[in-house]
Amino acid sequence: MRSRFLASIGSLGIVIILAWLVPEPIAGQGSASQKKWTPHRTSWGDPDIQGQWNSQTSTPLERPQSGELAKKEALTDEEAESLEEANRQTFDQQPAPGDTGTYNAFWRDEGKALKRTSLIIDPPDGRIPALTPEAQARISAERAQRRGRGEADSYESFSQWTRCISRGWNGIGSWYSSNYQIFQSPGYVVVFQELIHESRVIPLDGRPHLAQGVGQWLGDSRGHWEGNTLVVDTTNFDPKTNYQGSRETLHLIERYTPTDANTLDYQFTVNDPKTFTKPWTVSRPMRRETGMVTIFEYACHEANYAMTNMLTGARKKEKEAATKTTPPR
Amino acid sequence: MTIRQNHKRAALAGLVVTLIVVITLVTIAVLTLATAQTAAQAAAAGIPRTSDGKPNLSGIWQANNSANWDIVAHQAHQGPVIALGAAYSVPGGTGVVEGDEIPYKPETLAKKNQNAEHALTLDPEIKCYLPGTPRATYMPYPFQIVQSAASNDILITYEFASAGRIVRMNTKMESPTDTWMGWSRGHWEGDTLVVDVTAFNGQSWFDRAGNYQSDTLHVVERYTPMGRDAFRYDVTIEDPTLYTRPWKMSMPIYRRLEKDAQLMDYKCVEFAEPVMYGHLVKQPN
Repeated sequence: MRSRFLASIGSLGIVIILAWLVPEPIAGQGSASQKKWTPHRTSWGDPDIQGQWNSQTSTPLERPQSGELAKKEALTDEEAESLEEANRQTFDQQPAPGDTGTYNAFWRDEGKALKRTSLIIDPPDGRIPALTPEAQARISAERAQRRGRGEADSYESFSQWTRCISRGWNGIGSWYSSNYQIFQSPGYVVVFQELIHESRVIPLDGRPHLAQGVGQWLGDSRGHWEGNTLVVDTTNFDPKTNYQGSRETLHLIERYTPTDANTLDYQFTVNDPKTFTKPWTVSRPMRRETGMVTIFEYACHEANYAMTNMLTGARKKEKEAATKTTPPR
Repeated sequence: MTIRQNHKRAALAGLVVTLIVVITLVTIAVLTLATAQTAAQAAAAGIPRTSDGKPNLSGIWQANNSANWDIVAHQAHQGPVIALGAAYSVPGGTGVVEGDEIPYKPETLAKKNQNAEHALTLDPEIKCYLPGTPRATYMPYPFQIVQSAASNDILITYEFASAGRIVRMNTKMESPTDTWMGWSRGHWEGDTLVVDVTAFNGQSWFDRAGNYQSDTLHVVERYTPMGRDAFRYDVTIEDPTLYTRPWKMSMPIYRRLEKDAQLMDYKCVEFAEPVMYGHLVKQPN
């Protein structure tokens, strides 16, 4: 349903012009340069990764299953550029007659393509591992439950994004405003996400996770430094979160490594034996925003007129349908 | 023993008792003063500081007053939802407004009263809207300040609605648009963090009593350490559309001292949806 994107837009916080001044690094090449680069340190001695970062890329999470890219891991510069161009053309296509259409390439911030066919680096086929039988059964049951219901019966028919509840944890960003500002104070790293003005507060003092069963939309994060790498362990996801089929049993390990003044190598491994038959790992760079950019307030819920409009529209349609089917007396 | 001698003895005893009382009082006073001074010195010495010598306000903080119910003085009264009885009625409060008066213009006061009367449908808090500044500071939820060196931006992240704001230090950059939480620019005056907040959309309230603001609001906040575990929060409110003069609020804010204190989710959109959209949900036939 295309109109749901309207809700995701929120207020004015979306249009950030990004200056792509930074040369394209290839994630995976990181390990050699990681050793050479010595990041600045905070006054209390932690590597200083503060500043504004962006994680946008048009490289897909998974490698395509068919076509010429299916058997490839690396891309040449030309291939990466043609991937970006293909993306642009897709989003600039005219909508079908009767379709309201959605945001075109001007509104989207697809970002540059990496010189890889997928963000997933493990397993080597670049694809999310198969779901466990347990997860398949759970997901089928959820689908069956939704079957027969209208697409706008209730606010609960919509996703947590459209409802502006939370973007949840999302290691690959969105198609716009994937902007982050990292703050540090002794004992903490905090990743502030422009969407939806949510902070991931990461204590570094070795404290235990929250009690089991206490769910949080972005999970409960605990971090520590291994050399220049910030390692973050996250559990306690809210049962209503949904990351590629994973729910509250999602266990994330993230690694943020500064590889030069303007690049963070960002990797995360998804562990959830209840959902996936094996763990899988994504690697992607985050780039420092060096131009005249600033994070705006993203007031999503406050401007979610689409929710009222979609529900109102659906009720009106039902009323009209009921009038038509009632035989005249 | 004569009556006269008795009188003399009584007078002497009286004098001795008086002297003892005076000496004791003086001693207590001197000791108290000394203790107070030591405490003040200890407090100043105990203020955590960043490497460049500014107070480090990093930590998890919370107000402990009833200002979110009403920023001016009020007595306890029945809460807005009768069914909740004593559990969610309104505690009294001595007020946080200087002079206990908000200088509404005669023509703008009526709206405050209407807001109060219809708070259940009008208060933005009920809809889980971003609470605005300064209300976010004294709502009954903790918030966290993340501060590094004096030149770095400061993050203030609030538990309520996951609201957040970035305090940009020593900048003249203006906000390109109106906001709910305001556009915050900070600088230090001695040990006080001064935050100038502009670019409000005027839709936030100050409390559940309907005290409101317009888009000409200008807020200046002052965060001054009162020792290690508290700071004084002074706010100047200026809004020429609504008030005849600027006015001030002041209150202490306390550090949350629990071991492993942390902000918890209060992503309240879910809690507001039934009241906001419930009437638009498909009813079973």
